Amino acid sequence: MKEKTETPVLKKKSVTVTAHVNGNGNGNGAKTDSRLAVLKTHKIYIDGKFPRTESGRYYVLNAPNGEALANMCLSSRKDLREAVVAARKAFGGWASKSAYNRGQILYRIAEMMEDRRAQFISELTEMGSTPKEAEAEVNCAIDRVLYYAGWSDKYQQIFSSVNPVESSHFNFSLPEPTGVVSIIAPEENGLVGLVSVIAPAIVGGNTCVVLASKTKPLCASSFAEVLNSSDVPGGVVNLLTGYREELLSHFSTHMDINATIYCNNNVEEIKAVQTNAALNVKRAVVHNNTNWMGEDAQGPYYIMDTQEIKTTWHPVGI
Amino acid sequence: MTTASPASIREAIGSIQSPAIDQVGVEERVARFTKRSIKKDSKMLALKLALSMVDLTTLEAKDTPGKVRQLCSKAMRPHDSADVPSVAAVCVYANLVKVAKDALKGSNVKVAAVATAFPSGMTTRNIKIEETKWAVGEGADEIDMVISRGHFLRGEYAYVFDEIAEIKEACGQAHLKVILETGELNTYDNVRKASDIAMHAGADFIKTSTGKIQPAATLPVTLVMLEAIRDYYYQTGKMIGMKPAGGIATAKLAIQYLIAVRETLGAAWLNPDMFRFGASALANDLLMQIIKQKTGVYQSIDYFSKD
Repeated sequence: MKEKTETPVLKKKSVTVTAHVNGNGNGNGAKTDSRLAVLKTHKIYIDGKFPRTESGRYYVLNAPNGEALANMCLSSRKDLREAVVAARKAFGGWASKSAYNRGQILYRIAEMMEDRRAQFISELTEMGSTPKEAEAEVNCAIDRVLYYAGWSDKYQQIFSSVNPVESSHFNFSLPEPTGVVSIIAPEENGLVGLVSVIAPAIVGGNTCVVLASKTKPLCASSFAEVLNSSDVPGGVVNLLTGYREELLSHFSTHMDINATIYCNNNVEEIKAVQTNAALNVKRAVVHNNTNWMGEDAQGPYYIMDTQEIKTTWHPVGI
Repeated sequence: MTTASPASIREAIGSIQSPAIDQVGVEERVARFTKRSIKKDSKMLALKLALSMVDLTTLEAKDTPGKVRQLCSKAMRPHDSADVPSVAAVCVYANLVKVAKDALKGSNVKVAAVATAFPSGMTTRNIKIEETKWAVGEGADEIDMVISRGHFLRGEYAYVFDEIAEIKEACGQAHLKVILETGELNTYDNVRKASDIAMHAGADFIKTSTGKIQPAATLPVTLVMLEAIRDYYYQTGKMIGMKPAGGIATAKLAIQYLIAVRETLGAAWLNPDMFRFGASALANDLLMQIIKQKTGVYQSIDYFSKD
């Protein structure tokens, strides 16, 4: 058995010990006015709960200057397995909610993100963004959730069609959610990248399992807390942290995953994802060289990436 | 006591000394079964063994001959892979025994029938005996009977003993599994007592539950029953089988049961003649894990037949 109670090797952040002398002269000199910072050990998010990885492993997240920021869970394939079970369980209920209700819930996510604006900005800054960049990214991320909230009951109308047929049938096609979607989130843009792939998948009624950026994962666990407090049912979004090279093959081969979204530029990984996806003919969506802060990183076609078109033939009398 | 019974049976009941069960001890012991690491080849072996021990079960009033036939073909050939074993038996209501028997002709899969007013057992002794004889006449290889929990809980142990003994007689050549319905027995002491009565009265197997009452099979209850079997074996030299039923839906849990059997009774009980799982969803989870072990790819229930 693996030892699961390893002591986190957190470096104390900005601990300064200042000696100062009391003016009233009562005393014995030096006191400390600082305290040990409580650094967070970030957990993963599965089925609406925050477990540690079953493997008991972690990796140390470093700031660009080499300072240790936090310990992150190094998720294993078994965490993925649990997450897929949760996502599958949540799928029926989430897909059958009304489109309008899903829009409300996405709007609620945006509200909760707004509440945590300062936290997201400080996390992005710690991970290397300038304060200005960080603020722009948080704004973009919140706007994007709002954007997809608005699309929740509209994309169906745009992508549905009534089809002309020879026989006396009323023939119509409409989009339906694909199912469980696995997502390898963009490595850059720890927040807006994550939001830009999760929002279109869930607004369309899918549930998802997401691997956050390895080098910029801090916002992922805060975003999980946002999801947890904004009426998103447990299991609809599951967030893992860890190494892409370790989990990629399981993200793309798992037979109970219906679509996989890959958001990086590694040519070999793209090839592997596409080959693996053929196993159960899952949808393989690749976003490479995308500027996630840009206007064209959003749109109804991102929703349609994880939709299936269902066509119905309905007999009509003359 | 409603039924007069021969003096010898009375004597036998008197000699059944069921020990008190240490609840905390049982639960601590069981917690250890869940911590064994079974990997690779051993896991594959355990998965296949567990599959060969499954009593594929359908016990619904809406069962049809078609569903039973489908279940039988699943029982004989659970998966396309040649090296996947067939299950141990198909378990149905007595009126579908003939259908199952026909469908399973030429295979080693047995037909088990539930009898004695399953699942409640709330009827007269004569009707129970008649039902048992009927099921055996239809061709059942094994009979799963329920004990009269009401009588047991009232302390009428002789009544329960006599009933099991008479049903055993009615079974003839068919094997008798005695369902204790542990979910209604309330204490481990009662489970132990009922196990001892059933074994002394002639049960070939003791079985935890009907699957219709919650809680159904649990590891602690199973351990108590396994220990009763072990003590009975030391006392008499007779090997009694065990069948946990209901609520065992995952391969992981099934392997924990196998560990409990191995560490309580030994390898002699690790075969379908001495140990069974009463389950319907378990077979597919075992298959999914077997295929996962073979291919390294996590499986989806979408690609496995339902019945």
